[in-house]
Amino acid sequence: MTTAALSSAPPSKAALFEAKAVKSSARRNRLLSLPALIIIGIFGVLPLIIICVYSFLVAAPYGGVQWQFSTDAYLNFLFQRDIFDDTLQFTPDFLIIYLRSFLFAVVTTVICLLLGFPTAYFMATRPPAQRNWWVLLITIPFWSNLLVRTLAIMFIIRDEGLINNALIGLGVIDKPITMLYTNFAIQLGLLYAFLPFMVLPLYSSLEKLDFRLIEAAYDLYATRRQVLWRVIIPLSKPGIIAGCLLVFIPALGAYVTPLILGGGIHLMIGDLIAQQFGSGRNWPLGCAQALILMAAVLVALYFYVRNTSGKVQHG
Amino acid sequence: MAEPRVMDIKDQPGFRTIAIICLLVLYVPVLILMIFSLNSGSLVTHWEGVTLGWYGTAFLNEEFHAAARNTLIISVTATIVSTICATLAAIGMTRVKPWRGLAAAFMVINLPLMVPEIITAVATLSFFALIAGVFGLNFGIGNLILAHTVFCIPFAYMPIRARLEDMDLTLEYAAADLYATPWNAFRRITLPLLVPGIMSGAALAFIVSFDDFTITQLVAGPGQTTLPLYIWNQIRRPMTPEINAISTILLMVSILFVSVSFLIARRRAK
Repeated sequence: MTTAALSSAPPSKAALFEAKAVKSSARRNRLLSLPALIIIGIFGVLPLIIICVYSFLVAAPYGGVQWQFSTDAYLNFLFQRDIFDDTLQFTPDFLIIYLRSFLFAVVTTVICLLLGFPTAYFMATRPPAQRNWWVLLITIPFWSNLLVRTLAIMFIIRDEGLINNALIGLGVIDKPITMLYTNFAIQLGLLYAFLPFMVLPLYSSLEKLDFRLIEAAYDLYATRRQVLWRVIIPLSKPGIIAGCLLVFIPALGAYVTPLILGGGIHLMIGDLIAQQFGSGRNWPLGCAQALILMAAVLVALYFYVRNTSGKVQHG
Repeated sequence: MAEPRVMDIKDQPGFRTIAIICLLVLYVPVLILMIFSLNSGSLVTHWEGVTLGWYGTAFLNEEFHAAARNTLIISVTATIVSTICATLAAIGMTRVKPWRGLAAAFMVINLPLMVPEIITAVATLSFFALIAGVFGLNFGIGNLILAHTVFCIPFAYMPIRARLEDMDLTLEYAAADLYATPWNAFRRITLPLLVPGIMSGAALAFIVSFDDFTITQLVAGPGQTTLPLYIWNQIRRPMTPEINAISTILLMVSILFVSVSFLIARRRAK
């Protein structure tokens, strides 16, 4: 069901259908994929090609591009041209934002895994009826509006928010602790946003765990800790990798969370890119930044494919 | 430290506590946001009493109407188009002999899931700016509908494909053996069995379109405010619990559609 969307598997049962397919219609059927492929091709793939082209053009003064080849966008990512003597100077501002975002994404992934794994395991070991409720309870935030969920966090950590009001009311502090528009706020928001993205793929992997193996391990005098580290965790590796990827990729490109909880002070890659298309009015630079982010995502996906190749898993 | 055998072998110490903490972390902030939509005071953080007045304020608000109308036009159209495309594609990619490019086609369908939303957003923005500049084409709200359809297709596709793969093929063969034309076999056998998958896919497509903020914000032109954009505009002004009321409505729509999709899928599994 919904978790099917999480771990996408390459077409696997093709060989099966070769034998079985109702032959007369089989050839024509493939044409049925065309509408979807055309729509995604024109409005999904072509735009990606366009930003590749745009990243090698010159920015027009009021947004948009001028059709003139230039590699400035990529140079500007790391260097800035000195106004006076036209030399390139190393300016790591953007690089720092990328590294910060990477750090945010890594911390988010690790904490989500530490919280999500026990949760998913606990869910997978419930009786079936209870299990369905747990899955539904995790699935609801997964599909709930991210903007609204981020807003909920904002209401809690504002200066006059619930936490500060409570602490002041209890007399613990007399001035509100500033939490909103800090790195802490962004980190908290990312964790809150992506926790369900970790739990669901982990669950779908742990659900299929063969518990006889655990029994066997105990029979062989394994301790509880050994069972966890040497049986359960290795067996759920595909789920762990899928979950980490599903948290890491959107966290790295997060836009809404830093926009609302970072208040435009603490930027992440997502805001930086959007800025070039808004107030920055430097579309080629924005395109180059987007493609550099895409490259990072492709590296992550490469590791995923390398680690799961040969195994077919369905959500 | 030898563990007593009587304990449940599946248990791991502390996991229950962490699971409950996760659930609380996920739900408490949202529940507080919902509760404050009933606040009779005009502050989003200071509780004064219970009222439904902010829902009334929202429903009488012209801007809210316009945003709700835009959202419904976009998400209903995107849901219908993407579900039809996804259904056709799922059939064209499962009920076939493997064709060259099948793996590539599968990647294309799933592309919107793999590309970070902000990249899709700026790419789509650049694309529409280009065709507006070169061909003078502007589809108005159609821009948003097309952008939404693209990322709705994979969400609709997944449950439909899963359903097709789980389906017992014997019925389809039986129909073919009894001289049903391929079209008749599809209409009388495959399609009725596929309906739960289609419903589930459509529900997911609707939610992702209804809730989308990032792509909508960058692609939307003037006057194309959707509900998430409306909320964003409100955040930047002094806030009243009206925003909690609207947020609660959005959450309720998500919960409704997730539950529907979930229940359909569960019934299938039984």
